[in-house]
Amino acid sequence: MSSTTLPAPAPAGACAATGGSRLVEGAAQTWYMTQRQFMAFARQPAYLVITLIQPVIWLFLFGALFRKVVELPGFGSGSYLDYLVPGVIVMSAVSANMWAGMGTLEEIERGTLNRFLITPVHRSALMNANVVAQSVTTAIQSLIIILLGWIGGADYPGGVLGLLILVLVSSALGTIFGAFSNALGMLVRQRESIIGINTFLLLPLTFLSSAFMPPALMPHWMQVVARFNPVNWALETGRAAMSAHPHWWSVLSHGGWTLLLAAFAVWLSLRTFRSYQKSV
Amino acid sequence: MTSPNGGAVRTAATVPHPGAGPAAARPLAIEAVDLVKTYQVKGGSEPVRALDGLSIGVEPGIVFGLLGPNGAGKSTTVKILTTLAAADSGRATVAGRDIAADPALVRRAIGVVAQRSGADPVATGRENLLLQGRLYGMRGAELGRRADELLDRFDLTDAAKRQVKTYSGGMQRRLDVALGLVHRPEVLFLDEPTTGLDPEARTAMWEEIGRLAGDDGLTILLTTHYLEEADRLAARLAIVDRGRIVTEGTPDDLKGELHGDAVHAELVAAPADDALAVYEALGRVPGIREITVDGRRVSARADDGAAAVPAVLAALDQAGSPVAAVTVARPSLDDVYLRYAGRSFADAEGGSR
Repeated sequence: MSSTTLPAPAPAGACAATGGSRLVEGAAQTWYMTQRQFMAFARQPAYLVITLIQPVIWLFLFGALFRKVVELPGFGSGSYLDYLVPGVIVMSAVSANMWAGMGTLEEIERGTLNRFLITPVHRSALMNANVVAQSVTTAIQSLIIILLGWIGGADYPGGVLGLLILVLVSSALGTIFGAFSNALGMLVRQRESIIGINTFLLLPLTFLSSAFMPPALMPHWMQVVARFNPVNWALETGRAAMSAHPHWWSVLSHGGWTLLLAAFAVWLSLRTFRSYQKSV
Repeated sequence: MTSPNGGAVRTAATVPHPGAGPAAARPLAIEAVDLVKTYQVKGGSEPVRALDGLSIGVEPGIVFGLLGPNGAGKSTTVKILTTLAAADSGRATVAGRDIAADPALVRRAIGVVAQRSGADPVATGRENLLLQGRLYGMRGAELGRRADELLDRFDLTDAAKRQVKTYSGGMQRRLDVALGLVHRPEVLFLDEPTTGLDPEARTAMWEEIGRLAGDDGLTILLTTHYLEEADRLAARLAIVDRGRIVTEGTPDDLKGELHGDAVHAELVAAPADDALAVYEALGRVPGIREITVDGRRVSARADDGAAAVPAVLAALDQAGSPVAAVTVARPSLDDVYLRYAGRSFADAEGGSR
C-alpha cells in the first residue's frame, strides 16, 4: 500500500498561503517576529541603560580628558565633543550589535529556533526580523547619543539631514556586525568564540578609524588600514554628511560600500542559517 | 528487503495483533521506510550512524510509543519526521504527505513538543500561543479564542499573563504541549515529554497525554526512555536500539511474547516433607512450568498467568496445601527489551554515550 497516492486532506485549522498572498504573509511574519524582539527589548529596560553607559563614558569622560587634542595642528575641528559624537555613535553601533550571535545561540540552545523552524514560517522572515530589530534599536541608540551630545553642548552643523544620514549609516554598520555575529554564532555554537572575537576586534576596529582622531594625524600605516575598515567607512559617511558643507561624493562612496557590505553580511548569515538547518 | 513496508512487515509477521487486518486498509498517519542518518561528530574520524534503516508504521488515532535508551535514535527520528533534519536515505510520509517532497504541507499538519522547551521566556504564556498561531496563519478573534481555550485546558489561565520564565517546570511543559496544539494538528510529536519533571508533574502530564489520545483523530508519536511511560500511554510500541526498530507491537503483545507470567502463591502452611506433593500436583496443570517451592512460597511460570490461577489453586488445594494469597506478575518491558536488544535497558542507558 502506498500512501503517496492518497489525496492529501486539507490542512487542519490553518489556511495555506497561496501564490499572491505569500509576500504579504512573509511580511506579516517578519513583523510578528520583529515585534517579539522589540517586546523582549522593552521588557528588559536595564539592558538599554547598560548599553548607554559605555557611550556616556566615552562621550563625557574620554571627551573631557582629551578636550585639548583639537589644538593639535591639522586637527581641524572646533570642539572635541563635536568630533567625538559620530565616533561614539559608530562605536556603540558596533559594540551593541556584535553580541547578536549570543542571542541567536541562546535561542538555539533553548530550542526556540527549532520550534520556529518546524512551523510553516518563511525562513527569511526569521532572519529579516533580526535585521529589522537590530537596525531599529541601533537607530534609537544613535538618536539618544545625538541627544546626549547636544545636551553636552555639541554642534551639528550639517543639520537634520546630516544627522539622519549618520543614523542610517550606523544602522547599516550595526547590521553588518549583527549579521556576522549571527553567522558566527550559528557556525561555531560557542559563546567563548563570540566573546573572544568581539573583545579582540572592537577596540582595534575603533582605533583604526577616524572615531577619535582624524586620519591626517594618524601614522601612515594606520591611514592605509583605515581605508579598508568598514567602521571607518561609516564614520567617513557620517562626518561628510554632518559638516557645514557636506561632501556628497564621500557620503555616496563610503555609504555605498557600507551598504554593500551590509547586504553581503545578511546574505552570508542567511547561508549559514541554511547550513544550520542541515546540521540540526 | 523487497517489501514496500520494510521492517514494519517483518515485525508484523512476528507480532500478530488483532487490529492488523482492518488497519492495513487505512492510510498510515506516519510511515517511515529504511531511514538512515549519519552525523559527522566534531573531532571524530568515523561518522556516527544515528539511524540505521529505521522503519515504522503508525495507524491514525493512536498513541505510538518509540521506546529506547538515550542515543538510540529516537530524537533523530523525530527531527527527520518533523522536517527539521533530512535523512541520508529512506523515505517517510506524515499525515499522507512526503516529508522530502512536501515539507511545507507536513509542517502544517503536525505539532511538535520537543525535548527542549522552546517557549520564549520573556513573553507571557498567552503571547507565546498567539505568536505560534500567527505563524500558522491564524488571526484575530479565532486565534484569541483558541489560545484561551488551550490555556484553560492546560490549567494555565491564571498564569496566562505572566512571563514564561516565572513558570514551574510542569507549567512550562504544559505550555509546550499547548504550543504544539494551537493549529489543531493531525499528528502530534511528543519527544520525551516528561524528562526532567518531578513525579507529581509527570503523573499530571501522563493524564494529559491520555486525554489527548482521546481527541478526535489525533495521532501521537511519543518518544520516551521510561519503560513505565511507554507501558502506560502507548497503544502500540516500537523498541529502538542502535538506530533500528528491534521489535514492535502492543505493550501486552510484546510482554505476552515472552511466554511466561510469573505466578506466585503463598501457602497457608509450609508443605510437609520435601513438598513432593506440591511439585506433582502443579506438574499436572497444563501450561505450568519452572516450579519452585521455597518454604511457604511457591513460584511457577505460565503462558497466561491469570488463566492458570484457578487450576493452580485447585491443584494445590487437592494436594493438601491451601493457598493464602496468589499474585500474577506480567513480564515487564524491561524483560522485553532485554530479549530483543540483547542487553538490559539500564546497561544500554549507561553505555549508549
